[in-house]
Amino acid sequence: MAIALPAATTRPRRFARRLPAVLALAPAALVVIVVYLGCMLWTIRISLSSTKLLPVNDFVGLDQYLRLFSNARFQVSVENLVIFGLLFLLGTLVLGFLLAVFIDQRVRGEGVFRTIYLYPHAMSFVVTGLVWQWFLNPGLGLQKLVRDAGFETFTFDWIVSKEMVVYTLVMAGIWQSAGLVMALLLAGLRGIDEDIWKATRIDGIPTWRTYVSIVLPMLRPMVVTAVVLQSIAVVKVYDLVVAMTKGGPGTASETPAKFVMDHLFYRNNVGLATACATIMLLTVIAVLTPWLYSQYGPNSQRRGR
Amino acid sequence: MPSIRNYALAAGLLLAGVSFAQAQEMKAEVLHWWTSGGESAAVKVFADKFKAAGGEWIDTAIAIGENARAAGINRIVGGNPPTMMQFNTGKQFDEIVANGFVRQLDDVAAAGKWQEILPPAIVDMITRDGHIYAVPVNIHGENWLWYNTKVFADAGLQPPKTFAELVSLGPKLKDAGVIPLALGGQPWQERLTFGAVLLSDGGPELYRKVLADKDLDAVKSPEFHKVAETFAGMRALVDQGSPGRNWNDATGMLITGKAAMQVMGDWAKGEFIAAGQTAGKEYGCVVLGDAGGYIMGGDVFVFPNVEDEGQKAAQLKLADLLLAPETQIDFNMKKGSVPVRLDVDVAKMDSCAQEGMASLRDPKKQIESINMLASPDLAGALEDVVTEFWNTPDMPVDTFVENYMAALEAAG
Repeated sequence: MAIALPAATTRPRRFARRLPAVLALAPAALVVIVVYLGCMLWTIRISLSSTKLLPVNDFVGLDQYLRLFSNARFQVSVENLVIFGLLFLLGTLVLGFLLAVFIDQRVRGEGVFRTIYLYPHAMSFVVTGLVWQWFLNPGLGLQKLVRDAGFETFTFDWIVSKEMVVYTLVMAGIWQSAGLVMALLLAGLRGIDEDIWKATRIDGIPTWRTYVSIVLPMLRPMVVTAVVLQSIAVVKVYDLVVAMTKGGPGTASETPAKFVMDHLFYRNNVGLATACATIMLLTVIAVLTPWLYSQYGPNSQRRGR
Repeated sequence: MPSIRNYALAAGLLLAGVSFAQAQEMKAEVLHWWTSGGESAAVKVFADKFKAAGGEWIDTAIAIGENARAAGINRIVGGNPPTMMQFNTGKQFDEIVANGFVRQLDDVAAAGKWQEILPPAIVDMITRDGHIYAVPVNIHGENWLWYNTKVFADAGLQPPKTFAELVSLGPKLKDAGVIPLALGGQPWQERLTFGAVLLSDGGPELYRKVLADKDLDAVKSPEFHKVAETFAGMRALVDQGSPGRNWNDATGMLITGKAAMQVMGDWAKGEFIAAGQTAGKEYGCVVLGDAGGYIMGGDVFVFPNVEDEGQKAAQLKLADLLLAPETQIDFNMKKGSVPVRLDVDVAKMDSCAQEGMASLRDPKKQIESINMLASPDLAGALEDVVTEFWNTPDMPVDTFVENYMAALEAAG
């Protein structure tokens, strides 16, 4: 971040004082520049070549991107990403907020509830996916349980249905990640000054109204953090799909990250995979830019700190 | 105490000398992905024979083929290759051969008369620009139909001989209370099933045209249309829990009698054997269709170029050893596949393997698997099309044909 330096006369002294910090951070900065940025540029370069398995140094323009966008599976992947992304974000935020508010009521056994809600997040997406796969399998899980209990016509076969399978991913995703949002927002709620609550009580404002109109706006930095964290989780969602549906039935629950992995490692088509990866990178940048702007841009509150 | 230090130094030098001497001996680091019970027992046959021949076998097993290949290729390109590395028979090692990373085996092949003992299609698969670059070790049949004999006997039915018969058996088997076809609804298994229908109903010529030659007219032909319709008719034979199921779970349904049939490669035999069942008794195997072609998959080993003399010697020894008749029988009995050389006596093997071997001896029945005919890129793109069709019951066959042609045109 660019930080405005005061008068020029103090510059050498300040630099000397900062030297240890600069030295300490240099390796990290080097890693970021060489490894992260370098690999990004390399990826973009490869996506403009005809590379199959080993890097080829030719230039085929946007051919890989044309093939990518005319690929039915990629189109399904993008649709799924949008559906999954929106519902997952909305679901985790709403549920996470409600859970945080619930715990904020100073319920008895708060620690127990907090642990229970956060516990799914301690599991990897792979475990989550497997558990939900069993739970939703019509022949093994919920449907069989209810049918065995006497409700013969009960049907819940979303996971094997082409139209509904993406919503099962959303369910599993929300189950896994709502706790994280809760933890973030709860930390925020605990930071709200007790005087605000006293003031609203004196004014006779209903509690729900206080949460929605006063507390929630004050939680804005937490909410933004949660949104950014979850958005990144959305873009790179891979393990959940592999463990839960393997992209099926058919290609109905494919995601872009799985498209990249399949073409990189299974199909020896690094060119197409890097083209898809580049599109994913652009998506992430599109998500991050507004956040960075709101945090560090000209109108942000952090300015001058 | 300088004297002790001197001894230590001497001992160190001695040790270094010993290890230097060992480097001159045969030492082979073998990278493969045979990690399951039956598979590791099979690869141990190779290791034991190599040890008996005086070599040192260093086993580098990496689970899951894709991961193993990615790791191996990275090491080869990075200049630290294993002595010997596994691939599937086919095009997977095209690029490392083209870039000069792989040792050429013409002399070994000539001395071992590989041209005579191996099926011609397999010889093609290990040859690049007229030179031989890999040692094939087995042939897997990919288009077997497995069935539970008791289920058919109880229902008073005969196992099918064609896929049309298989489809018509569906309602009768359902009436008998069993799932007609056990299918693991994962893309590769759907692709495998489609390949079996394509060969059986379309014949070898159509099979090669639409997989290898990218012949769009063949895709538009009425024969291909009919294949697609038969394949579509099989959707009705599958239970609701099929999507996402693993192949061995589907085989398990046959073993327990919940399902009647499964289209799967001969690696399914491992499951039957583990359940204590015998070919021809509790379960049967048949290749559907009049032509009865045998879709051959399999494994090969390549030898990356190495500097070390000990490893070079090990490579030559291994190239010879892997194909020795005795090794072939012992290895393939554990692996579930059949020997890659046609001149060995398979009397010791089970009835399915013997039947497979009998088909293989007829050159007309030697059919290449999709991995041999198409690049991984194309094979994957076609797999997407097939799985999309299978899982969209209301998709017209014409749309499937169009998607198939688009995939042939887009993928390299």
